[in-house]
Amino acid sequence: MQSLIRRTLMSRMLLVWSLVLAATFVYTRPAMAEYGDVVINNYSDKAEMRPVVFPHWFHRVRFACKVCHADLGFKFKAGGNEIDMLKIIDGKYCGGCHNGSIAWSVSNCNLCHSGKPGTPTQVHESTLQELATPARSSATK
Amino acid sequence: MNHLSKLIYFALLSVLMSAPAAIAATAPQPAKGSAAKATPAQAAPVASPAPVPQQPQPAMAGAAASPFNRLMKVAPRRHLPPPEDGLRDPTNVETALLQPPLEVYASLPKSQGDLGNGINWVAALNDGKIKPRWDRNDPTAEPMVMDMSVVRVPKGTMPDVVFPHKQHTEWLDCSNCHPAIFVPQKGANQMNMAAIILGQKCGVCHGKVAFPVSECRRCHSQPKQVAAKGPQP
Repeated sequence: MQSLIRRTLMSRMLLVWSLVLAATFVYTRPAMAEYGDVVINNYSDKAEMRPVVFPHWFHRVRFACKVCHADLGFKFKAGGNEIDMLKIIDGKYCGGCHNGSIAWSVSNCNLCHSGKPGTPTQVHESTLQELATPARSSATK
Repeated sequence: MNHLSKLIYFALLSVLMSAPAAIAATAPQPAKGSAAKATPAQAAPVASPAPVPQQPQPAMAGAAASPFNRLMKVAPRRHLPPPEDGLRDPTNVETALLQPPLEVYASLPKSQGDLGNGINWVAALNDGKIKPRWDRNDPTAEPMVMDMSVVRVPKGTMPDVVFPHKQHTEWLDCSNCHPAIFVPQKGANQMNMAAIILGQKCGVCHGKVAFPVSECRRCHSQPKQVAAKGPQP
């Protein structure tokens, strides 16, 4: 009987330790990229380009929300605008400013296409991402 | 016998739970790297059930709990430069050319909860710390600000919500919200916190870019008017 208790205790101890270790070292990693950073990976991976990381904070200190979300027609949906380079070169979406006169031109590919390959389309650190997929979001932080 | 084993189990559990948190609190950086390697990817799926039953140490609870919970301590924000931010590819040469957030954030007013970016963007705009263009081609264009607040009375015990058009029209155009997200008519917009958290109504922006819904009191800001109504004890 004693050995049985000891054995169950040992296995439980192992389980508890692994849980504790996991909780401590997986979840103490604080968010690293900025709140509201949007990864857009509709076509990038397939085209063997890095996904685009759009930093909301950088743009909102320079432009009101309305400039992109009303004037340029960006929907409030990550990856929902189906932006491709042809549209940008035609002056739509990012191309409204990224034309070499207001902001850098499309020839600076890797300034926008700077994400880690394979990162899925997401709003980084959004409430939904945190609540729905905590394990995945901490992995992408 | 069964009771005894349970008792021993819980005693052990409490001792075990307190030990690593203390270690993590005293020596976070060097311990983290080595131990993270020691617990491989398989640790991630089993991690979520761990923090739920016991409420162990505050330091650990803050990190383990959903950051949505406003009562939990939030990990300090580090605002790392782009090559270290975890989303961008550090092997990309151009990543290093991007502006680090702290260059801008240093001069901006902080928000109380330290949630979201940790920046109070409305105050930053009001104080003139940032001057975002209203028109991409015309630096002198000014927003058409509408100063009208809408008070909404939630069904529960939470304070009433005051929606200020003023702060919203300083950033946004009417067409951003009306009529697709909010029907411009009193009583026509049913909403609840679950829908907002799932990204509808206010949640289209709040919880993604604008301050997160965990800062309850920034919206639920007006005490309930309950003077004569309701059952008296």
